[in-house]
Amino acid sequence: MQHYLLSVVQPVGGQPPAPDELAEIMHRVQAFNDELREAGVWVFSGGLHGPETATVLRPKDGDVLITDGPYAEGKEYLGGLCLIRSADLDEALEWGRKAALATTLPIEVRPFMGTH
Amino acid sequence: MTDAVDVEAVFRAEYGRAVAVLVRFLGDIDLAEEAVQDAFTTAVRRWPETGVPPSPAGWIITTARNRAIDRLRRESSRDDRHAEAARLHAPDPPAQEGPVHDDRLRLIFTCCHPALALQAQVALTLRLLGGLTTAQIARAFLVPEPTMAQRLVRAKAKIRDARIPYRVPRDADLPDRLKGVLAVVYLIFNQGYEGEAGLCTEALRLGRLLAELMPDEPEAAGLLALMLLVESRRPARADADGALVPLPEQDRTRWDRDLIAEGQALVRSCLRRDRPGPYQIQAAVQAVHSDAPTAEATDWNQILRLYDQLMAVSPSPVVALNRAVAVAEVEGPEPALELLDGLDLDGYHVLHAVRADLLRRLSRTAEAVRAYEAALALAENPAERAHLDRRLRELAQ
Repeated sequence: MQHYLLSVVQPVGGQPPAPDELAEIMHRVQAFNDELREAGVWVFSGGLHGPETATVLRPKDGDVLITDGPYAEGKEYLGGLCLIRSADLDEALEWGRKAALATTLPIEVRPFMGTH
Repeated sequence: MTDAVDVEAVFRAEYGRAVAVLVRFLGDIDLAEEAVQDAFTTAVRRWPETGVPPSPAGWIITTARNRAIDRLRRESSRDDRHAEAARLHAPDPPAQEGPVHDDRLRLIFTCCHPALALQAQVALTLRLLGGLTTAQIARAFLVPEPTMAQRLVRAKAKIRDARIPYRVPRDADLPDRLKGVLAVVYLIFNQGYEGEAGLCTEALRLGRLLAELMPDEPEAAGLLALMLLVESRRPARADADGALVPLPEQDRTRWDRDLIAEGQALVRSCLRRDRPGPYQIQAAVQAVHSDAPTAEATDWNQILRLYDQLMAVSPSPVVALNRAVAVAEVEGPEPALELLDGLDLDGYHVLHAVRADLLRRLSRTAEAVRAYEAALALAENPAERAHLDRRLRELAQ
């Protein structure tokens, strides 16, 4: 088994969905998580607060410098993540496809190192 | 002695199969390639003395396999390849996930996996199935060799690290994935049509392989038929100066009758199956051209009907442009000209060349000259440029 990270790609400054739509999305995401658990591939999943809540710790001369904000400004940020186990990329991509449809957002799929 | 030539012929015919078998056996593309190349190096040295073995392909595969096992045993003592070496002693039976079980087919679907960039899919297919060197592939795609080498390394690393599976997709996913595989082979063919003729040969080989390995997929047969019929005209496509000779002006006695017969037989078998797709329809168009003893005898009504069908199945501006050419033959240049106006193909030299040709036939010379000039400004292929240039000079006279 290989571990894959499904990352939710959130656009910066995107309009949050209307309450009805958001409820619908949350419902679908919940169903997606249930499906992962039933299939026995779920390891962990969760949404993240926005990049403005991030704090970065940088090593500097043997000490660590604390700064406010995300490590990099970009057009997108990591909105949430889901960690799954699957046999190969095709299986992971199939879960990624379902995640993209559930969240209505792009999903990046990446394998972990050395988790065979 | 022709032994050196024999090794070359065996290499062309069997490299892909040998790599595919070794990839399944070893689960590692780089190792498989090295082992097969080792085996061919040994063959070049040994066959002139011993003669070519009765089953050259079997000899290559067995030798490659033994080389790989030796190498893994040597290396397992000093790095962490114990697991791989252990697998060799008890190889798993090949997984039977897909409807077809040929190693080469598995390898093609791995090479053409949609998680890889299109350029990487093309390069990997040519490298692993066709045995082309990195330098040859780089030359064909006009990129520096180190760039192509890096692309191949990155693609193979992604296959390994992301675990792109080595298998034929499930029945349910096959049509979608097959579309990508056929597109890669057709891209290779078109790249060859534009320049490197060797790529056309390679695409035909891959097309034959796909049609043979997937007899139930009419689009695989359709693509092969399309490529055969287009390739049949190669001898007539350029004049003594290397300029492109357009289809109506080609010397049809120079068309390759064997390729036409093979292509037309495939088109007929597709028609009997009646599951038309874009490649089959395009092949049918080419078959109509091949049927005509002279350009004047071409059944343009039938070609127009086929383009109507193609527009229904897979509409695109390029298909619409080709349909307009058929309309010009059936209804005249004027209605065809109107069809071109709506097409979003301003950067495509063929649009301007077709427009120029229609204007020329309507004796709107000044406009035709401007359109030929626009086509010339966009065309890159030397044979096409030579043809457009000649047309332009004819008009100026």
